Amino acid sequence: MLQLRGVGKSFLGVQVLQDVDLELAAGEVHAVVGENGAGKSTLMKIASGVYHPDAGTVRWLGRDVSFRDPRQAQAAGIGIIHQEFNLLADRTVAQNVFLGREPLRRGLVDTAAMNERTASLLASIGEESLSPQAIVGRLGVAQQQVTEIVKALSLDARMLIMDEPTAALADHEVELLYGLVRRLKARGMGILYVSHRLKEVFDLTDRITVLKDGRRVTTVDTSSITADGLVRHMVGRELSHYYPPKSAEAGQERLTLQGAGNNRLHDISLALHAGQVLGICGLQGSGRSALARAIFGVDAFTRGNVHLDGASIRLSSPRQAIRAGIAYITEDRKAEGLTAQQSVLDNAMLATRALSPRWFATAGRTLKARELLAAVEVHAASEEQEVRYLSGGNQQKVILARWLALTPRVLLFDEPTRGIDVGAKAAIHDLIRKLASEGAAVLMISSDLPELLGMSDRLAVMRDGRIAGELPGTADEETVMRLATGASS
Amino acid sequence: MSSLALRARKVSARQPILLILLTLLFVLAVRQPEFYDPASLLAFLKRAAPLVILAAGQYFVIVAGDFDLSVGSLVTAEVVIAARLIDGDPSMTWPVIAIMIGFGLVVGLANGLITTLLHVPSFITTLGMYLILVGAVYTWTGGSPRGALTEQFRMLGRNSIGIVPYAVLILACVATIALLLMRSDFGKTLLATGDNPRTARLSGVPVVRARVIAFILSAVFAAVAAILLGGFGGVSFQVGAGLEFSAITAVVLGGVALGGGRGTVTAAMLGALTLEVLFTLLNVLGVSGALKSAVQGLIIIAAVAIGARRSRS
Repeated sequence: MLQLRGVGKSFLGVQVLQDVDLELAAGEVHAVVGENGAGKSTLMKIASGVYHPDAGTVRWLGRDVSFRDPRQAQAAGIGIIHQEFNLLADRTVAQNVFLGREPLRRGLVDTAAMNERTASLLASIGEESLSPQAIVGRLGVAQQQVTEIVKALSLDARMLIMDEPTAALADHEVELLYGLVRRLKARGMGILYVSHRLKEVFDLTDRITVLKDGRRVTTVDTSSITADGLVRHMVGRELSHYYPPKSAEAGQERLTLQGAGNNRLHDISLALHAGQVLGICGLQGSGRSALARAIFGVDAFTRGNVHLDGASIRLSSPRQAIRAGIAYITEDRKAEGLTAQQSVLDNAMLATRALSPRWFATAGRTLKARELLAAVEVHAASEEQEVRYLSGGNQQKVILARWLALTPRVLLFDEPTRGIDVGAKAAIHDLIRKLASEGAAVLMISSDLPELLGMSDRLAVMRDGRIAGELPGTADEETVMRLATGASS
Repeated sequence: MSSLALRARKVSARQPILLILLTLLFVLAVRQPEFYDPASLLAFLKRAAPLVILAAGQYFVIVAGDFDLSVGSLVTAEVVIAARLIDGDPSMTWPVIAIMIGFGLVVGLANGLITTLLHVPSFITTLGMYLILVGAVYTWTGGSPRGALTEQFRMLGRNSIGIVPYAVLILACVATIALLLMRSDFGKTLLATGDNPRTARLSGVPVVRARVIAFILSAVFAAVAAILLGGFGGVSFQVGAGLEFSAITAVVLGGVALGGGRGTVTAAMLGALTLEVLFTLLNVLGVSGALKSAVQGLIIIAAVAIGARRSRS
């Protein structure tokens, strides 16, 4: 029913999708898999009318179409269930389903008819137990998902795009979703199923399309491939980028976590060694950033023990963590790393000033900041330039200079090279390695698996807020992906 | 000459408020040259001192990303409280001045703690504080101000050393303190807090403490302004009326961005001076004083609109 041919899309000169074909038949559940950044979301957004492809064609029910916006795609029968639901928490199921299209009687909303039609839609997919008059905000996540699906059905959807539908579901709810997907399939609904979790892909789908770096690697029948084979398709690429040499041996234990946890993390036991880079891998939402934030005292651990250089510590704020010698280079530079309107120099001196405020500026500290900015090779028109006018790579270097001024013992890097050009990337890799070789313990998070493998002396793989396993720095992508996706080997 | 022109252009690019102020002063010089007699100039500075001090205080709060709407009614409360506590007794003058500063400190602390710890937007916190202070003062005095200020107290607002009024000396002190604060590391972290509180916190800035101190500074500066205003005029419920808006207008006129992170305390104080010069000029031109608030309204809207335009480009 849906045919994408040679679809391409680029943003700001970056080719996100190139020459992708995808075909969905009625009554088929078709998985779309790939690593973070492989182009899955962009492809789904093209199919649902959010984006317009730069190249290629979209055929829907035998006709070439070009949807102006998601509403048009919806009206044509393409429904999408986002990871984040679009529901009004204070309204009932029926009110949400018919939001903006309420059945009217003499100009007033015909509540009875609305509830009745919702009830029959619910019955048609075997969800009679959900009342049309239930308040959505009081429902569980699974029932909210059902509400979203019924909303799509009420618009006569012929196909559904489900984006990571189990991401927010508990284990027993996943089973219920399986049942629902199978009933929809039996009705002839075509379903595009985007998921990181290979188990679901094998349990539910008929065919699998693998995307990688914006291109389609292959489309296969689910029954004809093993989990290992699928993972190989997802990661298969050559390592070509140069990384600085790894460390010969581990120094003493710097930071140790024993059974640490909070509401996002469970039973984390890890050790960061002086002189080493510990890479944290995991899919989005596996708790990688939550781990860094917990160590740094932003969303602190509530259970377990943390030792720093042998001494037990309990950090409940970033300020305490910084005092203890920990630095955190955040994932989102703009939202959490920069004070964009302040100067390069002020940004570089922020942590120093915050930790040991002085009444009068001392030449020594300013000089030190200048030296550090030069050492990390920040290219700016002047140190008085507002930092927002710098390139991403230079901004990241300014942030590094900020932390280096405090000579931290532990550095937490969260996606340190995201959105940074290749040259600056290599410079930042070298800096990270240099810091480790000078005795710092480094934790590095990255969605870019080759980067992580190239940089790490050891690896810890996270899944669902836990450490799924530890691997040597020589591990290959397949082993990592198997652990990260939970595809047992 | 050309280098002088270049420098002037540079200054005006960084501090456009200076250009506006100089223009207004030029017009004033043409229309009323006697404005520039030392005595009349000092008298003008004396009159302007309370608003400049209030603007400096308001600046700390605004640059950290908040508002302080309570300063007008705080000024009124301070003056009314002072009059009742002194009640004409000269020996009470200095203790009461200490109490006024202390009261400002407590009000600022309350504003700051409520805004930061209870997560009430400062707009609402200080609006609430404004109403609380008005109600409390009315209740405490039974509806009309009682007591009287002593001559010693009024001296600070009225008298001079030689030809320099006390008020101008106090203004100089307060301005110096404000400038030093903003040059210190505290000032830099306050700017960072207003620019991006999340970054500031993750870089170790004690964000709550910084914002609370800003509110305290605003309220204590308001107490100082109240001491001067109590000396200028009589004791009434009107003494602080509308000053919170004049102060905010002055700060915004100085090019300080609402929402925080941008602008200097010098510009904020120049904004207050500009506002006072403008009122003087309107007076000279024979424009009705009744239009004062309308002019302020126009200025605040125009200044914010221009600021928004500039930050977009």
